[in-house]
Amino acid sequence: MYRYDQYDQAIVDARVAEFKEQVGRRLRNEITEDQFKPLRLMNGLYLQLHAYMLRVAIPYGTLSGTQMRMLAHIARKYDRDYGHFTTRQNIQYNWIKLEQFSDLLDDLSKVEMHAFQTSGNCIRNISSDQFAGAAADELADPRPYAELLRQWSTLHPEFSFLPRKFKIAVIASDTDRAAIQLHDIGLQLRKNDAGDLGFRVYVGGGMGRTPIIGKIVRDFIPVGQFLSYSEGILRVYNRYGRRDNIYKARIKILVTELGIEEFTRQVEAEWAQLEPLGLDAPQAEYDRIIAQFSDPEYDLTATDTLDLSDPDFAMWVAQNVHAHKQPGYAIATISLKPKRGIPGDASSAQIDVIADLAEKYAHDEIRVTHSQNLVLAHVRKADLYALWQALDAADLATPNLDLVTDIIVCPGMDYCTLANARSIPIAQNIAAKFENNVAEQRDIGELKIKVSGCINGCGHHHAGHIGILGVDKKGEEAYQLLLGGSGAEDASLAKILGPGLDENGIVAAVDKLIAFYRTARSAPEERFLDTYRRLGPAPFKEAVYG
Amino acid sequence: MDNQDQSAVAGAPSPALDDTPALLRFRDDAPFESPIAPLADFLGGGNFAAVRVDPGENARDLIPHLGRLKLIEVAFPKFRDGRGYSSANILREAGFTGEIRAVGDVLVDQIGFMRRVGFDSFAPDAPLDPGVVQATLDRYPYVYMKSADGKTPVWALRHG
Repeated sequence: MYRYDQYDQAIVDARVAEFKEQVGRRLRNEITEDQFKPLRLMNGLYLQLHAYMLRVAIPYGTLSGTQMRMLAHIARKYDRDYGHFTTRQNIQYNWIKLEQFSDLLDDLSKVEMHAFQTSGNCIRNISSDQFAGAAADELADPRPYAELLRQWSTLHPEFSFLPRKFKIAVIASDTDRAAIQLHDIGLQLRKNDAGDLGFRVYVGGGMGRTPIIGKIVRDFIPVGQFLSYSEGILRVYNRYGRRDNIYKARIKILVTELGIEEFTRQVEAEWAQLEPLGLDAPQAEYDRIIAQFSDPEYDLTATDTLDLSDPDFAMWVAQNVHAHKQPGYAIATISLKPKRGIPGDASSAQIDVIADLAEKYAHDEIRVTHSQNLVLAHVRKADLYALWQALDAADLATPNLDLVTDIIVCPGMDYCTLANARSIPIAQNIAAKFENNVAEQRDIGELKIKVSGCINGCGHHHAGHIGILGVDKKGEEAYQLLLGGSGAEDASLAKILGPGLDENGIVAAVDKLIAFYRTARSAPEERFLDTYRRLGPAPFKEAVYG
Repeated sequence: MDNQDQSAVAGAPSPALDDTPALLRFRDDAPFESPIAPLADFLGGGNFAAVRVDPGENARDLIPHLGRLKLIEVAFPKFRDGRGYSSANILREAGFTGEIRAVGDVLVDQIGFMRRVGFDSFAPDAPLDPGVVQATLDRYPYVYMKSADGKTPVWALRHG
């Protein structure tokens, strides 16, 4: 994985010093809270219901055991002994005190970490495929390109006061594990007919109030020019994105209002101006970064067979372990959705355990997924059983990846000032009906439930096979029910099924939907989403409201 | 790309306070004193050497006229509105070597970014402390990406 050189470290150190100075000016009242707000947001510091919330950047979701252990240290020293992994592959702490913030930033910078550009109207943390570098189906590791984007977008002088936040995701496989079509820019690495590497560029996807699937603005931009091309997209957005209404300020609205043809014409015209300026990094820089993401030193004698005689282990392997490109190796996903847990939360002790296991069994590398789980990407099959036992002892071996209890959920009204309704208890109550019966969950099969506590959609309800949206209905919490969304390569937006329901009603509705699906599916392999797509909403609506 | 004030960037720019107290300049030539025309008036054919570009206006409209312009003001009615950064960068990319002045809600924490995209004078609504400005401009030893100030990005330093 990528390690800082003296230049990276010097920039991070300067940024930390800058923010300390900005905090000092705020504490001395030399700047107003209104002026301070964008400065603290650019450093990941939000004011939440109860305290400051800090979002720490984990570039493209990849971190080392040492960095992971620092996240545990932060939770222990500055927070309430836990952290919350987010849908942007970052980690959030909910109980930060401003007066301790300088020390916290110093601690992070010791392990090449920071909180820059995890909020604010700037280019946010770049996200990517959690199986990058290990998946059998990828063209190349997408993370070197994510790192090139990270550097290009860090303290970008022209694009630090954008109309709104800007999110970029990069993948290198036809299987989309990073929801690129729901990003401001989604990049898919591919080869053209001549065999050259480049990106298919999607623009203008997003969720929130106005969910839109991204459109292709260019089918192929050579890898050597994708930074200047991104600059072109950002410049068109910075100049013409709406600034009169915060809810219409994302690039998706600009793309929609201009139409993709006119938007594309403007981007191409802008890029024609920018490309000759030499903004793209040279091949030597690509090579330097790609080398840092080279394969770990695989054990070429590692056995490819696996003893599955322990049924609990076999269940976990069947559900949470994926094929690796290297014979003798596997990709293991650590579920952060245990029984009665808060999705995405991990205690300091658990974070330490995972750091240790990554060092011992997984070439010292951990990934955060946008589904709020963790991945150990390079595990010898011979070590899987020992790994599973250690995870199980720490309540980290729930075998529920992509099943009904693997729910994405935003913090909701338990933490967030924006929320209209609680979301964590809804997810917990849905999961409670299934969590003691893994066989039943596996029979139901892949089912992605996503819960947001307000229309801003941090819980990705638009992309849920079943999406749930908390709303305020005359002072009461109510929940809308949506079906048919997907954030994967078959991206689609969930549609509202019928009238909103109360807390008990929404939990019961999910039960009814699943019961109907199990009678209606054409074969056990047909996913809930596919049954819905085949039959349409009417029978599902009848099942819930009939 | 415009490199005309490389020396001011690479050397130690001392933000000399001009006789207009609020004006902060990073140029050696004398400040231009004459009426500053709104963009529409300028494009309408008036004989002006200074023009003002507001956030919704297209800086590219000035490109045919850069040779007769000494000063282009770029307005920042609200510091959060970042369109002016693109305006300045576009003007420098087109080869403009005259003064580009950021006017309005210009805060010290923006000056570093503004210098990078080609602004070389500042008329903030609220006066800035020159010491804090200097500390801000001296803070970053390296930059990751090219911009109008001609600073060498780290990828070029790495591969000299």
